[in-house]
Amino acid sequence: MESVYQYLIIFITAIFVNNVVLSQILGICPFLGVSKKIDTALGMSAAVAFVLVLATLVTYLLQTFVLNAFGLEYLQTIAFILVIAALVQMVEIILKKLSPALYQALGVFLPLITTNCAVLGVAILVIQKDFNLLEGIWYAFSTALGFGLALIVFAGIREQLEMVMVPKGMKGMSIALIIAGLLSMAFMGFSGVDMGLKNFFNLPL
Amino acid sequence: MNSIKVLLNGIVKENPTFVLLLGMCPTLGTTSSALNGMSMGLATTFVLICSNVVISLIKNLIPDMVRIPSFIVVIASFVTALQMCMQAFFPEIYASLGLFIPLIVVNCIILGRAEAFASKHGVFPSFCDGLGMGLGFTIALTVLGAVRELLGTGKVFEVTLYPEEYGMLMFVLAPGAFIALGYLIAIINKFKKA
Repeated sequence: MESVYQYLIIFITAIFVNNVVLSQILGICPFLGVSKKIDTALGMSAAVAFVLVLATLVTYLLQTFVLNAFGLEYLQTIAFILVIAALVQMVEIILKKLSPALYQALGVFLPLITTNCAVLGVAILVIQKDFNLLEGIWYAFSTALGFGLALIVFAGIREQLEMVMVPKGMKGMSIALIIAGLLSMAFMGFSGVDMGLKNFFNLPL
Repeated sequence: MNSIKVLLNGIVKENPTFVLLLGMCPTLGTTSSALNGMSMGLATTFVLICSNVVISLIKNLIPDMVRIPSFIVVIASFVTALQMCMQAFFPEIYASLGLFIPLIVVNCIILGRAEAFASKHGVFPSFCDGLGMGLGFTIALTVLGAVRELLGTGKVFEVTLYPEEYGMLMFVLAPGAFIALGYLIAIINKFKKA
């Protein structure tokens, strides 16, 4: 039973308390780049979620059975980024076949998932936090949901923003960043929820 | 003369942070103080110069099909070397930048310059381009870090300018990063048009 609570806490922490974009500041490029429309934001979140979970699975196995087993921990960065780059290529090829419309909508941003720091960041964080394989994948999935939530909420606000008068110099990226700041401030309201939940379920803090 | 132009291009005209809006993650994530911002900027400059030089040297040996993966391997090697050096010689800065050091690999500026400049130009111009872009990035990060540190804690580079209890702690945390950069870009837009 205790482990179920553990998974619940990982889930809530990754989505709300330590939201990958708004509190850990990872994956900002797609967050600012593909958030002009809700449709593309949804597609991007799905692509990132898929890559994130797959990449965490593969990098975890790579770390345990190759890097740790042969004492090659110092190759972590190089090995991880190559695995992620290969995975993204694969997702791109699959998407091109299965859903050309989505492929066109995501356009240049799909190859950019390779340089999305959220993917590499989560892969490294899973190793640093000493999660086991299942926890790691669950954490990656929750993080991806948190990324999707932030991206879609942000895209919704930006769609509305089209109809608002914005001072000339603040148009575009400037006002978008300030909105992201306000969103991030709103998410700060969740800080401490993880500790409270741990207390509630009598788990070690 | 030409190399000076390339150098200035990176610092002013195509400043990676304020004009091109690249590499936003380290820009927002590591600028909680001026010192952190500057260290991150210099670390990135180091990787940028080395990868630009190496890629311009080996550009004729790399087949076009595997261009991007080869660039990533070159960049990742320098990041790993940097990571080890920082861990050994500057453990405090290494600890405060944390995850963002290995994440230099995925900084769009570095791959972007490798693809757009180093793979088409000679060694010396590539070096200048790396230096210029790196310095532009460092300046942007230091300014942003200084603004956030000043508003958040009343200090710049650890020098106290006003008492800490008047500072807005929010500016050192994540929301302050977004808001401070948003306003800085607005100010720069204003000057660009004038």
